[in-house]
Parts: sequence; C-alpha cells; structure tokens
Amino acid sequence: MHLLEFLRPAQEAAKQSGPQDKIVLSSRVRLARNLSGSPFPGWAKKPERIRACEAIRAAVAELPEMQGAFAESMDALSGLDKQILVERHLVSREHAAKSTGSGLVLSKDESLCVMINEEDHLRMQSLKPGLQLHEAWQAIDTLDTRLENRLTYAFSAELGYLTACPTNVGTGMRVSAMLHLPGLVLAEQINQVVQAVNKLGLAVRGLYGEGTEALGNIFQISNQMTLGETETVIVERLSKVVAQIIEHEENARGTLLEKKPKVVFNHIGRAYGILANAHSISSKEAMNLLSLLRTGLDLGLFPGTVRSLVDELTILTQPAHLQARYSEKLSAEERDIRRADMMREALRTVNRPVIPPGTAEPLDKPPSA
Amino acid sequence: MVCKQQEATVHLTQVVEGKIKKLDLCEACSKAKGVDDPTGFSLADLLMGLGASQEIAQAASSGGTSCPTCGFTQADFKKSGRLGCPDCYRAFSDGLEALLKTMHKGHQHVGKAPGSPAGQTQSQSRTPGRPPEDRLQALQRSLEEAIKVENYEEAARIRDEIKAMKVATGGAVTA
Repeated sequence: MHLLEFLRPAQEAAKQSGPQDKIVLSSRVRLARNLSGSPFPGWAKKPERIRACEAIRAAVAELPEMQGAFAESMDALSGLDKQILVERHLVSREHAAKSTGSGLVLSKDESLCVMINEEDHLRMQSLKPGLQLHEAWQAIDTLDTRLENRLTYAFSAELGYLTACPTNVGTGMRVSAMLHLPGLVLAEQINQVVQAVNKLGLAVRGLYGEGTEALGNIFQISNQMTLGETETVIVERLSKVVAQIIEHEENARGTLLEKKPKVVFNHIGRAYGILANAHSISSKEAMNLLSLLRTGLDLGLFPGTVRSLVDELTILTQPAHLQARYSEKLSAEERDIRRADMMREALRTVNRPVIPPGTAEPLDKPPSA
Repeated sequence: MVCKQQEATVHLTQVVEGKIKKLDLCEACSKAKGVDDPTGFSLADLLMGLGASQEIAQAASSGGTSCPTCGFTQADFKKSGRLGCPDCYRAFSDGLEALLKTMHKGHQHVGKAPGSPAGQTQSQSRTPGRPPEDRLQALQRSLEEAIKVENYEEAARIRDEIKAMKVATGGAVTA
C-alpha cells in the first residue's frame, strides 16, 4: 500500500484530542535498542545492515500492536514520502535520510512507530495527542517487552541498554512533550523558562527536533540523561515540569489579556488579516501566523471555528504535504502561492476576530453621557 | 578550548544538577552554538555535542587501540562520537567512564532490563530479570558511592527510590 493511502487524512489527524491539548500538542516516548553481537548500523557493512533490518522487521511485524501496520524498507519510499513522515513527526529527519538497509514499521493507528537501523538497530516510539507521557511510556514499554522475547538485545547490567551513542546508554529512553507556548513568547518570558528547564537537565528544542528552530511558538522538551535513573522517575520529572510550564503559559496568556489586550489583539488580528488575504506565503511565515490564529481560538476570538481547522492547515501547508497535492513538481515560489490560495480558501468561512465586550470602546459612544 | 583553533574568549560557567561545569570557547564556536545569547542555550546540549569533544578525545586516547569484536578504533570514535558495536563499551571502558559521568546522572543502570514478564508496566521501579534484592543492593551501592563523593542530591534521590521500591514490593524486601 502506498504511504499516502495508509496515513489518515490531515483533517482526521488534526481532530485527535488529548488531555491539555490546548497547550500540549503531543507526548512521545522513544526507546533505543540494539541487537546483541551485531555492529551498530553506522558501523555495520551493507549486507550486515540488510540482514539485521530483515530480522528486526519480521519480529516487529509479528507483534499484535503491528497487525495491519505499514512496513516498508526506506529505499522503497520516495523523498516526498519520507518528508511527509517527518512533517507528521512519525520519523526523525535522520531516519528520513536513510535508504537501503533501513526500514520502518508504523502501526495502523499511527501511534507506534519502529525505525529500523536509524542510529541504533531499533528506535521505537509511542506518540499520543495531548499530555499523556505515562500512557506513551506504558505503550512503548509493552511493545518493547514483547519484542525482547523475539530478539536478543545488547544489554549490560552496569550500563543498561547499549546504544551507538553514549548519550543514550542506560534506559535508551527519550521522553518528550511538544508544547505550544505563544503566551510565554509574547510576554517575553520564554527565555527564562528555557533556562530554568535547562537547569533541570532537560533539553528544549524546536519543531522538528534536534538543531531546529522554534517555529510557530512550538517547543519540544525532553530528558537528556538516560543512565542512573529509572524510566518512571524520568517520565515523572518531565510530567511535573510540563505541568509547571502549562501553568506559566496560562498565566502569561491571562496577564497579557488583562494588561496588554491591544498587543494580543494586534498580533492575532494581523495574523488573521495576512492569512485571509495573502497571495504568497512561506511555510515559515504560515507556521508563525497559524500559531497566532490558534492562540486567538484558544482565547475565544473566533467563535464557531474549531481548533482542528488550524491544526489541519498547519499540517497541510508544510512543504511536502503541499507538494503531495499536485502531480507536477512545484518550485518554492509556486508552493508559496498555492499555500496562500489554500489559506484564503480555508479562512473564507472564518469571521474576523471578535473582540470581547469591554475591551474596546464602541465607535458610537456618546460623549460623556 | 573546544575547537583548539582559536583563542577562547567566551568563558562559560553553569551549574548543572548541582555540579559546576566550565567551558571555554572561541568567538566563532560560541556563535555557532548560540552561546553569544546567554539566555537561550543549554550547557548540557553543548556538552553533548561540541563540548563533549574533550571527553571524547580523552575516551579515545585511553584503553585499547581497537575493539576486538568489530575493529572499531579510538580514532573512529573521536571522529563520529558513536561506537561500533555493543562490545566497544567494554573495549573502551576506561576512557568512556569519564565521558559517561559528564553526560549522565549516575553510572549504574537502574531501569528496565530484558527478561521481564509482560504487563508489569505499572509497577514503580521494576527489576525484570533480577530479583528485587539484587536491584536493591545495586541501589544501596550507588547510594554509598554518592555519599562518598558527597553528591547529596544524588544520594537523596537514590534514597527516595529505595523507599519507593520497598513500598512497591509491599515491604517484603528488607535491607
């Protein structure tokens, strides 16, 4: 089956909901595992890589969670397919660059994904909407436990699961939450939050993971250390930190609305104005303006419009998703035009932001009646 | 100095997990890592990437010359920051120890282990494959070590974990 037929439509993907999903877009837990007695993918020769990939793929495909899954070798996927997987946050950018000897198994509901021969033999992740870090850990823990009955992992009693990079050794676990923090950005408190989070030994990254910028006010928070603590302790700490950040974000939004309503309405009104009227817009600008539109929705400025419309546009206007709608190859300039067309069309039924009563003076106010 | 090419003009000090970490960077490296903006960077990030190169160099210069299993060499590790195969951890163990210390909280794995029966996911800190006594002993050892090196923050954490474990096993374990 072709990848695009397998993946649920963006409209459906955007409708997923979970606890605290106003601020927490998704929760993810990733485990790194390697086969015992086998060189790591980066050092293995091609035939060894292919052999390991086939053995792992067969074992993964047998799992009950993976019935009806999408299983494919990376060389069978087109560049566009791989980019779409990255834009949906289903595979890492590093994995998208792989070809022969690497593979992918994606569960039918797209919540479980096993990357084969990325940096490690196995990179398996559980992805859930909203704040569900514990649930994501349990799901991937179960899959991992089932898989270890079929494969022999490289493990040492002292160092735990052995990984290609020493930064992952131990639990091999990376727990992360993707957060939408426009309030903290607008209130210029984000740097303080990032600093505080860093001090706790946690990392803050951009939209597409390591080394990427924070487009659309979206930040990923994850653990750095993997050795010397149990999985539960790590998940627990991250959950607590995320809960704190949610509180700060809510506070920042409340304070902004109270103290600087004009600043907030100005940003949101301009974002709406551009998105509803532009004839050419880059992916980056679209991402940032959609974030403001989403903020407006959260604040009740667009009654009758659902958040999933913004989330759907966020997915669909990314470069590969946009390209996938057209059979001919689009240049960046052409994509910017089609992106703007799509935005105008989608926002045709969305009315201009409604300013809550009491925050704006009526035009026909009688002079000091 | 990290890149060892230009004079270090940016000097960083940050407290990470109660430990003071210092780093000297040249201007170009500090810009490349976003360190010129003191508000928005993580020293931990830095240590994982560019900053760890000193430890990687150290790790690569001690111990055996190559891994007997896969033939991976110290030079390969220095170049990529990745190891060749699981046995590399043993082959380069002397040098890796310091590197792991800078990267992680502890140096003894206390999490999940293979050989666990499925469906134990809820238990607080499980020790599949090993009876809880073993795990408890390992924790006790880490606790003593933490106290020895006066890392009280770490010691308190391990103490709490031991406590949680005793509760989780219903007090069946006494130590």
